[in-house]
Amino acid sequence: MDGVPGIGAGQIEPGGHTVYEFDALPAGLHLYHCHVRPLAEHIAKGLYGAFIVDPAEGRAEADELVMVMNGFDTNFDRANELYAANTIPFAYMHTPIAVQRDTPIRVYLVNVLEYDLINSFHLHGNLFDYYPTGTGSRPSELTDTVMLCQGQRGILEWRFPHAGRFMFHAHQSEFTELGWQGFFEVSG
Amino acid sequence: MSATQTPAPPRASGLPTWLLGLGPLLLILAAIGAFAALGGPGLGDRHGPPAEELVVERTVLKPGTIALTVRNDGPDAVAIAQAQVNDAFVQFTGPDSPIGRLKSAVVTVRAPWIEGEAYEVVLLTSTGGTIAHEIAVAVETPENDAGFFGLMALLGVYVGVIPIALGMLWLPWLRSVPPAALRGIMALTIGLLTFLAIDATLEGFELAGEGAQSFGGAALVPVGAVVAFLLLSGVTSWLMQRRRAAEAAGASGATLALMVAVGIGLHNLGEGVAIGAAYAGGALALGAFLVVGFAIHNTTEGLAVVAPIAHLRPSLRRLALLGLIAGAPAVLGAWIGAAAFNASLAAFLFGFGAGAIAQVIVQLAPSLRDEDGRLLHPLAVTGLLAGMALMLATGLLVSV
Repeated sequence: MDGVPGIGAGQIEPGGHTVYEFDALPAGLHLYHCHVRPLAEHIAKGLYGAFIVDPAEGRAEADELVMVMNGFDTNFDRANELYAANTIPFAYMHTPIAVQRDTPIRVYLVNVLEYDLINSFHLHGNLFDYYPTGTGSRPSELTDTVMLCQGQRGILEWRFPHAGRFMFHAHQSEFTELGWQGFFEVSG
Repeated sequence: MSATQTPAPPRASGLPTWLLGLGPLLLILAAIGAFAALGGPGLGDRHGPPAEELVVERTVLKPGTIALTVRNDGPDAVAIAQAQVNDAFVQFTGPDSPIGRLKSAVVTVRAPWIEGEAYEVVLLTSTGGTIAHEIAVAVETPENDAGFFGLMALLGVYVGVIPIALGMLWLPWLRSVPPAALRGIMALTIGLLTFLAIDATLEGFELAGEGAQSFGGAALVPVGAVVAFLLLSGVTSWLMQRRRAAEAAGASGATLALMVAVGIGLHNLGEGVAIGAAYAGGALALGAFLVVGFAIHNTTEGLAVVAPIAHLRPSLRRLALLGLIAGAPAVLGAWIGAAAFNASLAAFLFGFGAGAIAQVIVQLAPSLRDEDGRLLHPLAVTGLLAGMALMLATGLLVSV
């Protein structure tokens, strides 16, 4: 739910704080980000995150993970030097995400990447059910690749039928080679 | 003049002169020591983040790797955190500790580069800054083995020694032309040299822009020129003084020829550096066309060497020596340029060559005077312009 100008505290000065109350509706996968100008620079520097509103009846049991797809402009040329899921490039290459075979997996995927028009998520060797914005109970698609613009998000659900190492990465090859790639290590 | 001479004021104190001279120096040293010991009182802490500057001085491409020799050209130490090739992070080896001010280090990135393609190597520093280096055309850097040095020597002989020797063959013809025509040829020579000086200066400035600015940058070119000018002026006046006693006539012609040969030799040293570096960097196609171009271009330099001694009868040995002084530095330059190219050094050498040529021009200028003592008479001006035009035209054949 976006803020409404004139309602609420507006800009929070450094050291200040405020409480913003709103109804957590609808259930789904959402995000928050700072709205101070210059907006692009503020978002690029990392003031954002995901928040999940579970439906009243709850969700099915699953091994859950949040992935916020982002990037960092380290030399201030308004283009990213580094890309990642959850901030640290190549982190899940060095330390693969450990999961169990035949166990339901649920990934809450959010794209907040600044300066690039789109981002994407691609899974090797498996297909997943995709729930855009996580608001519906029926998947829109069974796929292995989704494309998201900034602020777009969705829930991915699948099971690994086989053990092994399965890569996931952005399917913009440039982002992949600049850090946005990782592994699921499936055991069992 | 209304000013009156005032006598030097008497010394105020009875202190000895050496102490009066040394005192301020000691005070300065004491003040610097105290300032450093107190950590720069009143200046406070450092303002702002570190300023990171790296200059890539040398690029060596071997199959599967690209090695950059980088020099820290800024005030702060630089730590290299990551390396990219064409927008992709790659594995690399580099210095374990930050590179200090004016220090250099080799960063070797692993990249399966393909000959003829373009690459951009980006070094990401520990603060997130980027240093980008473009490789316009990837080509394997030649090994510095005997064969390579032999090839560079051959190149130097082709573009320096042989053309100048050929140009010197105009000597018998020069002897038979009337004095007025000889003045025209001297003017042509000065025109050639003027073009070379301008060309060397501009090339020096271009190279200075690529090198580490901490070493002087563009200032290296005029500094090199002034150093060469003063050195050669000193050597010339010393030679003149020595010879004046021995032989009154003709000596100045022989000295002039030597100085012209030295000046052109220094120029060819710089030219050799440029050729060697271009070859090592893959930017130079060693075609017959290029060698022919240089031959025509540098043959005119041989004419310049012998023009001042047209009225003398120098021995063949002496002529050969003059030719070698003028041409052989191209070989040395090609070695330096191919094996140990440094843009700052090359900029200085080009300035040095330009200064040497300027000194030679000053030496040659009096020989243009006609019977009425005029310097820039129509024939001289025609010769000067023709000389520059000749260099410009033949230079079109050899743009490196």
